[in-house]
Amino acid sequence: MRFGVIVFPGSNCDLDAYYLVRDVLRQPVEYIYYNEASIGHCDVIILPGGFTYGDYLRSGAIARFSPVMKAVADFADRGGAVLGICNGFQVLTEAGLLPGALYRNDHLQFRCEQVFVRVENNSLPFTRSASLGKVLEMPVAHGDGNYYAPPEMLYVMEKNNQIVFRYTDREGNVTSAANPNGSIDNIAGVCNRKGNVVGIMPHPERAGEKILGSKHGLIIFKSIINYLQSREVV
Amino acid sequence: MAEQKIWRELGLTDREYEMIVEQIGREPNEIEINMYSVMWSEHCSYKHSLSSLELFPTTGKRVIQGPGENAGVVDIGDGWAAVFKIESHNHPSAVEPYQGAATGIGGILRDIFTMGAQPVAFLNSLRFGNLDSARGRYLFDGVVAGIGGYGNCVGIPTVGGEIYFEPCYGGNPLVNAMCVGVMPSERLVLGKACGVGNLVVLVGARTGRDGIHGVTFASEELSEESEEKRPAVQVGDPFMGKLLMDATLEVIEKKLVSGVQDLGGAGLTCALTETASRAGTGIEIELERVPLREEGMHPFEILTSESQERMLLIIEPENLEAVEQVFQRWELQLAVLGKVTADGRIVARHQGKIVAEVPAASVAGGAPVYNPESVEPDYYRLLADFDPLNLTAPENYDEILLELLSAPDVASKEWVWRRYDYMVRTSTLQGPGGDAAVIRLRETGKALAMCTDGNGRHTYLDPYRGGMMAVAEATRNLSCTGAEPIGITDCLNFGNPEKPEIYWQFRRVVEGMAAACYALDVPVVGGNVSFYNEVEGEAIYPTPVVGAVGLLEDPNKHCGMGLRRKEDLLLLLGPQEISLGGSQYLKTCCGQVAGSLADLDLEVEKNLQALLRSLINEGIISSAHDLSDGGLAVALAESCLSGDLGAEVNLPHGANPLLDLFGEGPSRVLVSLDRNKMERFDQLANRAKVDFYEIGVVKGSALIISHGGDIIMKLKLSVLKKAYGEVFSCIME
Repeated sequence: MRFGVIVFPGSNCDLDAYYLVRDVLRQPVEYIYYNEASIGHCDVIILPGGFTYGDYLRSGAIARFSPVMKAVADFADRGGAVLGICNGFQVLTEAGLLPGALYRNDHLQFRCEQVFVRVENNSLPFTRSASLGKVLEMPVAHGDGNYYAPPEMLYVMEKNNQIVFRYTDREGNVTSAANPNGSIDNIAGVCNRKGNVVGIMPHPERAGEKILGSKHGLIIFKSIINYLQSREVV
Repeated sequence: MAEQKIWRELGLTDREYEMIVEQIGREPNEIEINMYSVMWSEHCSYKHSLSSLELFPTTGKRVIQGPGENAGVVDIGDGWAAVFKIESHNHPSAVEPYQGAATGIGGILRDIFTMGAQPVAFLNSLRFGNLDSARGRYLFDGVVAGIGGYGNCVGIPTVGGEIYFEPCYGGNPLVNAMCVGVMPSERLVLGKACGVGNLVVLVGARTGRDGIHGVTFASEELSEESEEKRPAVQVGDPFMGKLLMDATLEVIEKKLVSGVQDLGGAGLTCALTETASRAGTGIEIELERVPLREEGMHPFEILTSESQERMLLIIEPENLEAVEQVFQRWELQLAVLGKVTADGRIVARHQGKIVAEVPAASVAGGAPVYNPESVEPDYYRLLADFDPLNLTAPENYDEILLELLSAPDVASKEWVWRRYDYMVRTSTLQGPGGDAAVIRLRETGKALAMCTDGNGRHTYLDPYRGGMMAVAEATRNLSCTGAEPIGITDCLNFGNPEKPEIYWQFRRVVEGMAAACYALDVPVVGGNVSFYNEVEGEAIYPTPVVGAVGLLEDPNKHCGMGLRRKEDLLLLLGPQEISLGGSQYLKTCCGQVAGSLADLDLEVEKNLQALLRSLINEGIISSAHDLSDGGLAVALAESCLSGDLGAEVNLPHGANPLLDLFGEGPSRVLVSLDRNKMERFDQLANRAKVDFYEIGVVKGSALIISHGGDIIMKLKLSVLKKAYGEVFSCIME
């Protein structure tokens, strides 16, 4: 199985995702540049964090027009596994591959800190190794992470089980104090209808080693590896 | 005739103008005067500081490149080198805090990747006036936002820094930015225009009218008219900065360039004259080949614009196509301006005519070196005679500690650093808030520790001792993580050096710093001098800031300041000589900046730092925290809060608990350790000839301090946390 990390102009967590896959998960991984027309033979695509095109205009608004995004959309359409982290999440919402939008944080400041998220749906390729309600500790680092979707869209998303992660306290309680950016219903991550495309605002790739403070992010990557391996066996 | 002397308006003296005429053998034209004016400004020429900077040790077994290049380079083993530098962006930040700070970050970033190094961390050192004025809060908030705005976007973590608030910085804040990078040593590229016939290429952003005469602005005092100098402030584009960094590092890695220089202060003029003079060559360029942002720019504007995110590359002609390909991948603009010549002259043509022709060595290195007059200021002895022990001793020590913890100088700066991405690149083992930050190096399996330190109050009261203490504290902070100091970079922020009292401060500080560098065996590999930090004739405190870098052989063994285990013993290492003179207590609780500082014995300091490193390397101690502002009481509170554990302490000695709790002195460190390791600790401390005192034990969830059998302080962690942690959100939100 092969991981591909998309590099847009201004991506800056591309190497963090790359090193996690290569050095911690010990899986094959390659960079795919924004101007390429194909994603090659990759089985998992990661859209990393950063400031694509400086976040000028609106986070992710320009990157979604990159040539590679057509290939990513086709891959997602065929059921391919796509994970958008932070700015990658913003690109996926701008590209229409995920519902909703990410606004400026309600307090208007960039915020870098450890948070807790609770797994709300563990039936996805990216969450199947986690238990439902599991609380994961990982960092956020963003200025535009305030998730929003209109009520009717949220209703449908809830019904389809598309809310994947919520900000909670250490014990797993959804509280406003645990919400770092004002996201509606404390939403930290969502998926598309089919569940193969996931976006998450916190950084699981920064929570993959004990020496960095938490290994809780690994479960997302281990889930997808486990999922793809089980398919290979079949 | 006076109206014709445009050099005066551009900051040159009549004598300096005469020197220019002597050096080029004729009257310079207006464009040439502009070029000389920016390059002979204090900011670029160091004309008032050079004779003192020679006091610093700048060589050593690890030094690959000392001062004079874009950044210092130090060997860190395994064929790798650390590259670092600190620089000021004070004046721009005083008039436009967001862009002033942001371009300070962009500028120091370019200094590092220009050498071929991958930047891995930012640090900073900031000074503001009190936050009770709207202007003070505006400057503070704007600078913090600007640092985050640039640093977060380029994806280099901001891992450390320090902030102080004193009225003297109210109109003239200090924004000192430091960047640390790493590279394989053989990749080092210098800012030299080598090879006659090589191409001189400009890459990155277009050139506009921003930042014209920014360096001249930086080389004069601030006044009410400074607001009008807002056009001298540049505007940053971090997105462009990130692309330029990645592309430049790629062409260096592929060995496609023979020289690289960033365009910062004094723009193209500086880059052309410095690269040529370092190589002993000349350069010829066509000014209309410079990609411009606006029409009708005059040649002098093109030559002195400080538009950001631009780099000058020196390329062998056969490599041009390969270089173009790299820059095109990121849709970056590349322009061949001209070529390297043999005659040592910078020749600029515009529309077919030569508009400037000057000797590179004269513009870049011909400025006079001054030995200014030095006079000890009256305040010095007056304030040193002040005896703080004559003040009425307070009754309630709980209140003093809470007052100190909630003083902006001391309080947690989390409100600031959570606005910086301090963990991107997933290498931050210890981020902001500790004694020093620690960054792992994937390539060598080792780690670098880094910090910035400087206490203007101390250097004001005693420039010599304060200068020594800045170096000692920075290196001590590295040693508290277990790292061996390998080099420092310094940013020297002072008033107007043409005033004898200011020059006296400068000279004494440099002498003190140099003495400490020699004694602690740590070279100065680069830095920056910022003079004219005055508003309406009132100078800031003399403020040297030391940026220090250390090497940790084993990243897994780094030590932090937080208490780790209940029942650990608490020990105080170092001498007992402490003073309330110049202390945080005196400032915060008594409103006084006066008194004499405790003595610093550099031999003791050296032994203490070596001991700390062996204790950490052998895994003897659980935590280590330097005693700094607020003395033992504040250090205890910080170690308790950081580890979320309480402590019970018996004051070690003495008749005066106020002095013991809040007195300050160098070379003192609070450590905690498992009592089973006491025997080995004892051996190592005795061998290193370092005094230590067992003062208490890690216990409970409160800080309890006794003196002579009586409890004199008892504060729950939750109370300490509230005082320490909520200051900035209360003031700023």
